[in-house]
Amino acid sequence: MNLLREAWQVVWRDRGGRAGALVLAALILIASIAPRFLPDWRVMPDLGRVSLQPPGPGHWLGTDRDNRDVLSRVVRGARVSLAVAAGAVALSVTVGALIGMLAGYAGGWVDSLLMRLVDSAMAVPRLFLLLIMVAIMERIPLPVLIVVLGATGWFGTSRLVRAEVQRLRTLDFVRAAEALGANRRRIALRHLLPNVAGPLAASTTLAVGDVILLEAGLSFLGLGVQPPTPSWGGMILEAQPYLATAPWTSLAPGIAVVLTVLSVNLVGEALHQGYTTSSA
Amino acid sequence: MTALLEVTGLRVSFPGARGAVYPVDGVSFSLARGETLALVGESGSGKTLSGLALLRLVPAPGRIDPGSSILLEGRDLLSLTPEPLRQVRGRKIAMVFQDPMSSLNPVLTVGAQITEAIQAHLAVSNREARGRAEGLLGEVGIADPGRRLRSYPHQLSGGMRQRVMIAIALSAEPELLIADEPTSALDVTVQAQILEVLDRLRAARGMAVLLITHDLGIVAGRADRVAVMYAGRIVEQAETGQLFSAPAHPYTRGLFASMPRLTGPRRRPMPIPGTVPSPAAWPTGCRFRPRCPQAMERCIDEPPERVVTPGHVSRCWLE
Amino acid sequence: MTWFLRRVASAVVTFLLATTLVFFLMRITPGDPLARLSEDRPMPPEAIADLRARYDLNSPLTSQFTHFLGGILGGNLGASIAQGGRSVNSLIAERLPATLLLGGTALLLNFSFGIWLGVWQARRRGSRADQWLSVLSLAAYATPSFWLGLALTWLLGVELHLLPTGFMHDPLLPANASAWVRFTDLLRHLLLPAITLSLATIGATARYQRAAMIDALELGCVRTARTKGLPERAVIWRHAWRNALGPMLALFGLWLPLLVAGSVFVEAIFSWPGLGTLAWEAIGSRDYPVIMGAAILVSALVVAGSLIADLLHRLLDPRLGTS
Repeated sequence: MNLLREAWQVVWRDRGGRAGALVLAALILIASIAPRFLPDWRVMPDLGRVSLQPPGPGHWLGTDRDNRDVLSRVVRGARVSLAVAAGAVALSVTVGALIGMLAGYAGGWVDSLLMRLVDSAMAVPRLFLLLIMVAIMERIPLPVLIVVLGATGWFGTSRLVRAEVQRLRTLDFVRAAEALGANRRRIALRHLLPNVAGPLAASTTLAVGDVILLEAGLSFLGLGVQPPTPSWGGMILEAQPYLATAPWTSLAPGIAVVLTVLSVNLVGEALHQGYTTSSA
Repeated sequence: MTALLEVTGLRVSFPGARGAVYPVDGVSFSLARGETLALVGESGSGKTLSGLALLRLVPAPGRIDPGSSILLEGRDLLSLTPEPLRQVRGRKIAMVFQDPMSSLNPVLTVGAQITEAIQAHLAVSNREARGRAEGLLGEVGIADPGRRLRSYPHQLSGGMRQRVMIAIALSAEPELLIADEPTSALDVTVQAQILEVLDRLRAARGMAVLLITHDLGIVAGRADRVAVMYAGRIVEQAETGQLFSAPAHPYTRGLFASMPRLTGPRRRPMPIPGTVPSPAAWPTGCRFRPRCPQAMERCIDEPPERVVTPGHVSRCWLE
Repeated sequence: MTWFLRRVASAVVTFLLATTLVFFLMRITPGDPLARLSEDRPMPPEAIADLRARYDLNSPLTSQFTHFLGGILGGNLGASIAQGGRSVNSLIAERLPATLLLGGTALLLNFSFGIWLGVWQARRRGSRADQWLSVLSLAAYATPSFWLGLALTWLLGVELHLLPTGFMHDPLLPANASAWVRFTDLLRHLLLPAITLSLATIGATARYQRAAMIDALELGCVRTARTKGLPERAVIWRHAWRNALGPMLALFGLWLPLLVAGSVFVEAIFSWPGLGTLAWEAIGSRDYPVIMGAAILVSALVVAGSLIADLLHRLLDPRLGTS
């Protein structure tokens, strides 16, 4: 818990980090609570109603081609994006940290083998891995999407953790613990992990931003979150033909993505500055 | 005769947690053409910063206080705009630093680093610049200079690298050379060689030298005058002979007492008790007071510069 | 020489492993590649069985793999399912130049602007301009390339009619148009997609360059350069930047996969006839030999790019031997 507190202080001290954290907190708050107060995003097209209304009273961000309220869809999309990102990153950080620690601590052929495999996986751009996996499956349920995103995102984390563990291994306090006879698992958990947490926090946060962008991209290609569940990428896809006539339909979700990822990156950047300058 | 260099009231400030600190706090000295002045002090005395200030190379966030004055041949260096300042650096005043490995660019050949220094100030062709560079390498005592032009710094020994640094410094024929601890990073055997090179070149070119060092040993026989620095101030200035035979300031005396001697009666070297104060916490009054074996009540007040004999001043209340 | 050989061997191994990964990923993902084909036009069962045999889908996995690997090593990427057996090699060869042109231009823009910006920021470290530029860089990185493409298209193409909104050539160009006219037409079409593709990475490059440059400016040799009275330009570029170059080369290996991935979106938006659109079409028709071929080729590019970056790094730093 001390780690969380320390991380929070690191973020708060940095001006960018503070702004990012505030925006992010506001976003999460809105995403959780606002849907209750907004028009239903599922309003079906009423043949009598005019679709593609510009922003105005009643529909603060206008309506889209199916006469659904853009604002509430954007907010709902926030829920989806954040949930997917959180799930995927939780998975990839866990796997990456475990493998990284294993490789860094065990060394020898285990390390070489694992890192060779990681290098090979990193040679294929993550998007292509995702495309291969989701393209063959017909429709992807959300949990599967999260797993697939998580399964392709742990490579960088494992290298980072491995490097940190290798560095820490040679430090005296680890040697002392080993000399006292502590078993390896205990050393890993109690000594290595807390010290890896700092740089790991930074890369985890940045990973969240990357996943949000990837998920938006996949949804834009029709391969990610499936309609009618609103997703920012999907909204941009639907808005494409109406670029000139109803620009708010693509502007709103786009700005939402930029704002969210920017805030996440500001926090991540603050963590990165805070933790690398102190350990360097 | 106007002095080549006249420094008056030099102060360098750095922002600190509780206000500005002054690691160089009112330093004044002058240097005549062809003269060698040794600026002696322990680390933390402010001597390196003083040298850097002459070239206006004080690292950020340090600043030279506006009240300072640095005159080169009567010209105010502190008010120079960037281009005239660039022309002074290397051409009028050159500097050699302590660690030649980090002072040389690892990705450029030695020859390239010398010729660019030449061509920054002298309008000569590439070929002529290379010829001069080769000549310089020969002058500093590097064998096979033609081939060495194409070497990279990491291929040379520490002593050779320092010779290269000296060659670079001398390439635009400056009138003043600032040597900041030129031998401290080198092996003892090499130190003497480098000092010999400096001596020879200085004499041949009639250059003035500001020799910054913590080692009184290399000062004897090399410097015309010595200025001893402590805690940002010059506490004693004299001709070398006078300083060595009759040091006036307790700090200087302490320095001599702490040096082992090969000649004379056997005695134990006596270290000066205590440690050098940090600029954030200069003692009030005489800064040497906490460590001085002859401290008096008066020393709470800042002592003025008193003339011991003509040409020999000491910042101390003692007669 | 030994280093070089070992490095190349390492790259080859990495590439082969990546290829293996791609193969098994495709095979174990649930879904039938031929199902989509018969969705569009119902085929008699014999035809389907025939196709299965032709594309070797009946043999056990291991033999399929060895067959596949043999093909790779011989340079053959297989045959397309959706395009009636046309070789994947020819499909890729058709589309590759366009992607290389787009990607190459984007890389050029990325490095020239990114490096210049990073150095500019490093020299004015801590200033307001520096701080705001850092935020702007992060914002650029946070912008999805497809959305940015749409926004730029709308702004410059639709509203202001400055640049064409899609494709690589103007279909209305007369057949006897001069080479110069064709060239400028190509440039006009290239501009928006290249800017879109590079904008996100420019910000990130600037950030890395800024950090590398800040470190480099602290080097002793930079102080020496100033002491020599060198013009500031030489101090910054010849002394500081030359030493900041090393860490930047590693970036080259990093950006390549990102640019390739980004090209899928950008090519889709701008209807740019390259590998990205090929992959996209193949995904739509579940043409997995093509998808695999594209993925493998891209992996080869990434591995080669990383190799070149390492080689350049060693060549540019005289402290590292090249043997």
